[in-house]
Amino acid sequence: MSILSRYETVVGLEVHVELHTKSKIFCGCSTSFGAPPNTHTCPVCLGHPGVLPVLNRQAVEYAMKAAMALNCEIAEWCKFDRKNYFYPDSPKAYQISQYDQPIGSNGWIDIEVNGETKRIGITRLHLEEDAGKLTHIEGGFGSLADFNRVGTPLVEIVSEPDIRSPEEAKAYLEKLRAIMLYCEVSDVKMEEGSLRCDANISLRPHGQKEFGTKTELKNMNSFRGVQRGLEYEQLRQAEVLESGGRIVQETRRWDEAQGKTFSMRSKEDAHDYRYFPDPDLVRLHIDDEWKARVRASIPELPDARRARYTQQYGLSSYDAGVLTASKKLADFFEESLKYTSDAKASANWIMGDLLGYLNANGLELEDVKITGQGLGEMIGLIEKGTISTKIAKTVFKSMIESGKSPQQIVEEQGLVQISDEGAILSIVDAVIAANPQSVEDYRGGKDKAIGFLVGQIMKETKGKANPGLVNKLLMERLKQ
Amino acid sequence: MSITVKDVEHVANLARLELSEAEKEQFAGQLNAILEYAEKLNELNTEGIEPTSHVLPLYNVMREDEVRPSLPAEKALSNAPEEEDGHFKVPAVLE
Repeated sequence: MSILSRYETVVGLEVHVELHTKSKIFCGCSTSFGAPPNTHTCPVCLGHPGVLPVLNRQAVEYAMKAAMALNCEIAEWCKFDRKNYFYPDSPKAYQISQYDQPIGSNGWIDIEVNGETKRIGITRLHLEEDAGKLTHIEGGFGSLADFNRVGTPLVEIVSEPDIRSPEEAKAYLEKLRAIMLYCEVSDVKMEEGSLRCDANISLRPHGQKEFGTKTELKNMNSFRGVQRGLEYEQLRQAEVLESGGRIVQETRRWDEAQGKTFSMRSKEDAHDYRYFPDPDLVRLHIDDEWKARVRASIPELPDARRARYTQQYGLSSYDAGVLTASKKLADFFEESLKYTSDAKASANWIMGDLLGYLNANGLELEDVKITGQGLGEMIGLIEKGTISTKIAKTVFKSMIESGKSPQQIVEEQGLVQISDEGAILSIVDAVIAANPQSVEDYRGGKDKAIGFLVGQIMKETKGKANPGLVNKLLMERLKQ
Repeated sequence: MSITVKDVEHVANLARLELSEAEKEQFAGQLNAILEYAEKLNELNTEGIEPTSHVLPLYNVMREDEVRPSLPAEKALSNAPEEEDGHFKVPAVLE
């Protein structure tokens, strides 16, 4: 890191998010993922001569919603333009996009890195169509084009060059993803390509005003990949600069397996896209009434929800941040609070046992059957003394795996806590009688011996004895 | 403003057109004639007039988000010069 310390890293991100409309942006073909190749195409998205695209209203509304959630100004008028280029993933040989009149502009989001909040500007958000998918035949014998994805609505979100480290880039992406999920405009699955990210990165000596020469990074297929790609590239640029070299402005491809970036030879005129207004699509007028209607559909966003959790439930800012990072998790938490008033207990179960289980098994919340209601009711059972906290761990795991209610699990597995003094006392007596050495050790001043005796009692009761009662009764007996 | 042979070569290259030297000269002349003709528009006073992107007085022509039947794959592929495994096969493109 020593040579990096002389430079400031400057990063701007271009993120593409697929909007989860049912049909494509300019035709009625389905947008569902994973269909057999070329089964979701029609003359419009295949670019046959003489066809007319018609704009999908839902795509416009999702784009407006996303732009509003990113604090953008919404254009009153905008238009669609043709971006011309030849590449076999685009059957029309142009992409319908928005050039100089994007739907949203001048937005921002706040990110948090190392406990500090930082605002990242959003230059613009525009609506466009996706391209097809190419797979390359081994040995260079050809490429295969699947046009199912052609015409899926996308928003491109361009950040200001406000990001100063790979870590901030990752935090920005995570925040962006959370906001898109909260707005329910996209399922934002990077592995299915519904969120894709390109990055511009340059270095400059500390204190220098002008930006250094930038490179553009492509092919980073995960949040971790974005961070690693940027880490590699900032070091590569620092080494070039340190050895007296100059950065070449170029596009570089991140190779995940090798952990390196490689220059992509690009033709000099590759960026001459000759944009012009698409004559087949009339202008879009977004009036105040439409804006107000879409704005009213935006739910409480992660930052607002996080602030509310710290105020309303007394959670720490960190805990509130973990819970609100995903809308599904936050909804689960709030569902549990309909059945218990102990928000801190619920938060602890979610962040400890639930997230621990999901992470250990590589699962998402929607992959398991437990409900917020189940968690809330289980906390109620602990409060009532029906089960101990220790037993609750068993119940909780069982709830995750089976989705059954805690009451049912407790009954089926006979996990009700033993709180009957007489019953516990007889076991205490039996354990004392069977372990005279430990009893003597304890009375001789070895406090640790009590742990062994408690362990034996819990073992006898299969963990079901009320731990408080066990301690109390054992101490009473030992003092006799 | 005048179109040179170099400009013609650039535009032809972007459009993937191969032109002979004689054609380049010919098109440079024709393109210049078109531009000169369009230059006449500059004689109009457009002070205070909003730039136009479309000639139709229409806006917000939209459809509802409803899925409609797509073409059967074999129909979609019927114009493909070559196909393989349900895909359009094209010359190798590797970036």
